[in-house]
Amino acid sequence: MKKSVILGALTVAGLAAGAAGAATLDDVKARGKLNCGVTTGLVGFAAPDANGEWDGFDVGVCRAVAAAVLGDPAAVEFVPTTGKTRFTALASGEIDMLARNTTWTFSRDTDLKFDFVGVNYYDGQGFMVPKALGVSSAKELDGATVCIQTGTTTELNLADFFRSNNMEYTPVPIETNAEAQQQYLAGACDVYTTDASGLAATRAAFEAPGDHVVLPEIVSKEPLGPLVRHGDNDWGDIVRWTLNALIAAEELGVTSANIEELSAGTDNPEINRLLGTEGNLGEMIGLDAGWGKAAIAAGGNYGELFEKNIGENTPIALSRGLNAQWTDGGLLYAPPFR
Amino acid sequence: MSDTHQHSIRFVRESMLPEQEPPATERGVIKWMRENMFSNIPNGILTLIALYAVYAILSGLLPWLLNGIWDAPSIRACREILDGQTGGCFAVLTERWNQLLFGFKYPNHLYWRPTVAFVLLFVAIAPVLFYNTFPRQMLIFTALYPFVAYWLIWGGSILVPIFALVGFGVGYIVYSKYVAQSFAMGFFGGIAGALVTWWLTGMIPVEGVLAMEAVPSRDMGGFMLNLILGTVCVSLSIPFGIALALGRQSDMPFIKWICVVFIEFIRGVPLITLLFVASVVLAYFLPPGTNFDLILRVIIMITMFASAYIAEVIRGGLAALPKGQYEAADSLGLDYAQSMRLIILPQALKISIPGIVNVAVGLFKDTTLVSVISMFDLVGMIRGPILASTEWNGVYWELLGFASFLFFITCYGISQYSQWLERQLNTDHR
Repeated sequence: MKKSVILGALTVAGLAAGAAGAATLDDVKARGKLNCGVTTGLVGFAAPDANGEWDGFDVGVCRAVAAAVLGDPAAVEFVPTTGKTRFTALASGEIDMLARNTTWTFSRDTDLKFDFVGVNYYDGQGFMVPKALGVSSAKELDGATVCIQTGTTTELNLADFFRSNNMEYTPVPIETNAEAQQQYLAGACDVYTTDASGLAATRAAFEAPGDHVVLPEIVSKEPLGPLVRHGDNDWGDIVRWTLNALIAAEELGVTSANIEELSAGTDNPEINRLLGTEGNLGEMIGLDAGWGKAAIAAGGNYGELFEKNIGENTPIALSRGLNAQWTDGGLLYAPPFR
Repeated sequence: MSDTHQHSIRFVRESMLPEQEPPATERGVIKWMRENMFSNIPNGILTLIALYAVYAILSGLLPWLLNGIWDAPSIRACREILDGQTGGCFAVLTERWNQLLFGFKYPNHLYWRPTVAFVLLFVAIAPVLFYNTFPRQMLIFTALYPFVAYWLIWGGSILVPIFALVGFGVGYIVYSKYVAQSFAMGFFGGIAGALVTWWLTGMIPVEGVLAMEAVPSRDMGGFMLNLILGTVCVSLSIPFGIALALGRQSDMPFIKWICVVFIEFIRGVPLITLLFVASVVLAYFLPPGTNFDLILRVIIMITMFASAYIAEVIRGGLAALPKGQYEAADSLGLDYAQSMRLIILPQALKISIPGIVNVAVGLFKDTTLVSVISMFDLVGMIRGPILASTEWNGVYWELLGFASFLFFITCYGISQYSQWLERQLNTDHR
């Protein structure tokens, strides 16, 4: 019911957006600031620090786009959005792009009239159990009580997973992640299930994180990526290739540390094209030749952003997993810069 | 006769006994405990259970409070310092203190401005709340306060609030000139006068004239935002509520039905829906590119919501007055405005005080709902940025306890004031 109301509102939104839609690039340049939609706060992905500066993995994408377009990673107006306001904010033109761990799905891409420009984090639904339970696989969870957020796709995924494995479970419905954390720690449920990145962040907040394990099974696909309004393909290209530039930079070994050195010219023509010392890639998307360099210098390449915000040395301690480069067995595969 | 008894009584005391203290069971603490706590067996059992409950709560709470950590960079550092002992991690409050009070985007070097506005708030409401104690001249400052506070909190050119004030001034002059002829003429003339003034002054460029550094609305946050919304909406909704309540009782069908429809519609819709309308839907109705201030939209919605409730409370007060009061006013030859102002409303409002305060307290707490439309009020700050930071993810009790504490102080204050006011106004002899 709730969903259909929101979809209805969005249909109106889509109609209105057509009028507001043209030439986002010009608007951003005229404004001198990129309006980037982020979450109101998600550990590691986007949150303001004690000084009010936004920081996080999704925030890094916003800053890279701002650097590519305006040459200044700080020229971003972060617009915090909730799960309920994010799509209308984008459709109404209040924000130029949305980088808010949003799952790329068919209906959002088509029916809601948005364009997902890529994936910056491959997530999936996982399970967390106390170590004391002695469970090492989600297939051993027959008869478990499961804490689950109501009204989410995770609830449906859970039902599917247990049914297809012919197992029984008792759901404990909860509203928010915070509530889940308390319920799970109080022992109201044996298992807590949500997106794996969320599980890691939740576990990191526990007093004794070592007493809990995240099981290896991932039961759903949640490709999270930045998105833009449908209809302004030039703008979509800019955001898409900025994200690709970050990914390609890692693959090519371009980091924020050696970018100055490499931009003096290298023997690798693809690096040269990416950093704008060769070819005219910037011109093709209506930006300076140095757009790629600026985007990478903003917060480092994809790998650096990952390590700094959610990687293994942070309290969240996510391993690269699916989000490793294709050369390391992951899914990150930036098309060639040519 | 007098000595008949002498032989029948073997002993007559001739001196007074020294006064003795009453027995231990009939005095002091023990008597009080016997009477109040252990007067019979069921009461005794209940007392013991209650004592145990108090002990259980305090033994959990006190170590947590007293052993709390007030200086640490993150929750993990807190836990290291505590090393397994019980204790709250209040360091989050000290580190994020400014963010809790002002939001995370209000510029640090301007914190003095909302603070001054907050202090002046007390100066401004004092003559309204304690009308006997403070000189009536202070009401002039009260009238100026909204403009001063706006300028302090939002900054920008001083001409903006001055022009707003001039508009009200012109409206009032027009009103007082024509009200003698007819109330409606004065009323609508006043509104027209104010609008014309605002339209004219709106064309004067004010950019940078005597300007303080401007702070946009979306940078407001923390408890400051709750206070702004609460104060503004309560003070606006009382006059609107009175107007709606009178309108609903009016004999003129057009006015009556407008008021009825408005009240019933607003009361039938949850506040959160109105807030969503304010934040999301209005953006589609307005022409593209217009930037209608979000706080203003929210203030309008909350005020509409609160005035509908206050209107019903006041209608209750009006209905409770005996019909004789209305007739007495008529028989004195007072017109409608006079009879309402001098006879009916003073009595009706007095009856309505508990209800109005009830709405005000509820409204103040409802301002936390704005966190769902991604405004960072106190609760929004806690649920969003602070709990989502890597340092403080997992600190729930300390933060939410602090928020409850702030709200409790405010709401308890309001409720105590209303009880005092009721005693002050208690002129009947119940």
